[in-house]
Amino acid sequence: MPSRAMTGGRTALLVSAVLSCSFAARARASELFVSNEVDNTVTVLDGDSYRIIATIPTDQRPRGIVETLDHKAVLVCDGDSSNIDVIDTKTLKVIRRINTGPDPETLAMSISGDKLYVSNENNALVTVIDYATGKWITQVQVGIEPEGLAVSKDGRTVVVASEETSMAHFIDTRTWQVVANVLVDTRPRVAVYTPDQRYLWVSSEVGGTVSVIDPKSHQIAHVINFDIPGVDKQYIGPVGLQFTGDGRTAFVALGRANRVAVVDARTYEVKQYILVGQRPWQLTFSPDRSKLYVANGLTNDVTIIDVSSLKAVKSVPVGRLPWGIAVIP
Amino acid sequence: MLSLWLGVSRPCDAVAAGAAAPRAFPIVYLSEAYPEPGIMPSLLETHPADEGLAGAREATAEINTTGKFLGRNFKLYVEILPAGADVAAQSRRLFARGPLVIVADLRADDLLKLADAPAAKGSLILDMRTTDDSLRQQDCRSSVFHVLPNQAMRADALAQFLVEKRWTRWFLLQGPTLQDAVYAADVRRSATRYGARIVAAKSYDYNPGSRRSDTGYQQIQTQMPLATQIGSDYDVLFVADETDLFGDYLPYNTFAARPVVGTQGLIAAAWTPAFQSYSALQMQHRFDLFAHRAMTERDYGGWLAVSIVGEAVMRGRQISPAGIRTYLRSDNFLVAGFKGQGLTFRSWDQQLRQPVLIAQPLMVISMSPQNGFLHPGNTTDTLGFDQPETQCRLAQ
Repeated sequence: MPSRAMTGGRTALLVSAVLSCSFAARARASELFVSNEVDNTVTVLDGDSYRIIATIPTDQRPRGIVETLDHKAVLVCDGDSSNIDVIDTKTLKVIRRINTGPDPETLAMSISGDKLYVSNENNALVTVIDYATGKWITQVQVGIEPEGLAVSKDGRTVVVASEETSMAHFIDTRTWQVVANVLVDTRPRVAVYTPDQRYLWVSSEVGGTVSVIDPKSHQIAHVINFDIPGVDKQYIGPVGLQFTGDGRTAFVALGRANRVAVVDARTYEVKQYILVGQRPWQLTFSPDRSKLYVANGLTNDVTIIDVSSLKAVKSVPVGRLPWGIAVIP
Repeated sequence: MLSLWLGVSRPCDAVAAGAAAPRAFPIVYLSEAYPEPGIMPSLLETHPADEGLAGAREATAEINTTGKFLGRNFKLYVEILPAGADVAAQSRRLFARGPLVIVADLRADDLLKLADAPAAKGSLILDMRTTDDSLRQQDCRSSVFHVLPNQAMRADALAQFLVEKRWTRWFLLQGPTLQDAVYAADVRRSATRYGARIVAAKSYDYNPGSRRSDTGYQQIQTQMPLATQIGSDYDVLFVADETDLFGDYLPYNTFAARPVVGTQGLIAAAWTPAFQSYSALQMQHRFDLFAHRAMTERDYGGWLAVSIVGEAVMRGRQISPAGIRTYLRSDNFLVAGFKGQGLTFRSWDQQLRQPVLIAQPLMVISMSPQNGFLHPGNTTDTLGFDQPETQCRLAQ
């Protein structure tokens, strides 16, 4: 694809409103922000009662969703509107729209919070955006249908998984060059570094596996398989990945297998499968990491898993086709 | 184009040479300039000149994107034989340098001639076009892999959907061609398998004549109720009209107020331009950018066939037709085709297992296998010819 001229992002409409907001003490508990792909909304749930606090209208097809480092905003990619909605976590309103180029599927923030990395699913690009100004810094050509993004703790590497090309592309953030491409199993969706940064895990939805990549040698160190009694192999579609803070345990959302796998992150042994709602894709921890929240796309709910007992505590309704979850303390 | 490539090849296997140097891995798209199928009943139904080929070309670009990162390159050689060509004779020169990987956009009879041609021995043929049951049964060949679902898979896919809806009393209306008879037999087989009943069956020897006239709708509006007036009550009319002679005239023209399913009306297909689930939306978008038109099922067949070669070469690390064949039959092979699960080949007839779309012209309604139709191995093997009933005996 030809390189395109860098254009400025849309200017924020209500920046002044944010800046003038008083810093009143928040008596609220933590909050979950769930993007509803079909409803064009973000559902906000109270982190204690899991009751719906607000339903925020967004642009078209909200999917990838993250919180900013300062927790002042939640950013959501609107795939069919080519922008990111910036939601103010105090007023629970969209206060700004950032132009991303076509079909942003998901996003990640740089370690210092100054840049946004956006995967443009239809255009085989990663767009790098200056968060403060919305200006595009560069676009990096990657494989077809890029999705999951991971940023190394030292900030030097951004990894993007491209679904159709079945690769994890390692991008050097100093040169914006792709420095390595690792072929993984078919249709990778999510990439996450282990907390100690020694490995990068990549889930392959159609391949049904998780590849453990050594980010130094760019070699695959291990491939994790899943085998659930009574569930056809072809329904096992790993997508969302999360590690406990100590890095000992990984949780893998298994899509149409309707389960979250609990994996020993050192031995790669699958310890347990936790039944959740239908087609779980993305999952996120509560701020204290005592709970794991799982977005179930087909049952329109979020399952709350108690991390110490590894039990699904309850499921709470959200909007239609919940895709991802961001959490603020 | 192909002769050019052959001209620069050394006598040794071009593919093996490609492994040493970054020479393009050759994939031959082989088709014939078949006469146009004639005027279709609907003006909306068109036959793009590059149908099938455009899908193969788009997939070649895509696997080259992956290949770019892996130091691999693929080249699609397009060979379209003249109408009425003797496929066996005219393709002989293609094999002058040894076995090839061929993506065949050929009709069933020509596909068999190609597979049986002595010159094609050792070549691998990916059938991107046919839906004929016979090629998966008595006429199967060990060198041929079938990408699109065959007639029996389609009948079973619709049958499961109808049984799930409890619409189990079927009126079977069968057109005049041999293929209509095959599909009608499949519908009867599906009824038996899934507990539906054929409450009436009728042959309809409709001669379409000239399909364009200025006279209005009176004749069709009279003929179709007449053709569908039967004594028994039924839930759906199951039409077997493989060549589109009259099936599209049936919806809303039947004597009784009943839906039409089968080869027209609600159909079973591997792909429709309306399909958008499981990242199919991205595929439709990419195809439109590339070909400037909607992606048809035959385009999907071409796309999938070339994608399968890409998987075998890049993930399976196979570079010979024989090596690719072994890989496609192995447990290691899997290809993604926007169906939410990996697609694999059945070992007994080399038919690609796949969920099948249930669709009306503007909407995909469902995808079979339906929930609750179980299988001890793979639920998609509830569609079509399962191992115990196969008539295919592959020479290894």
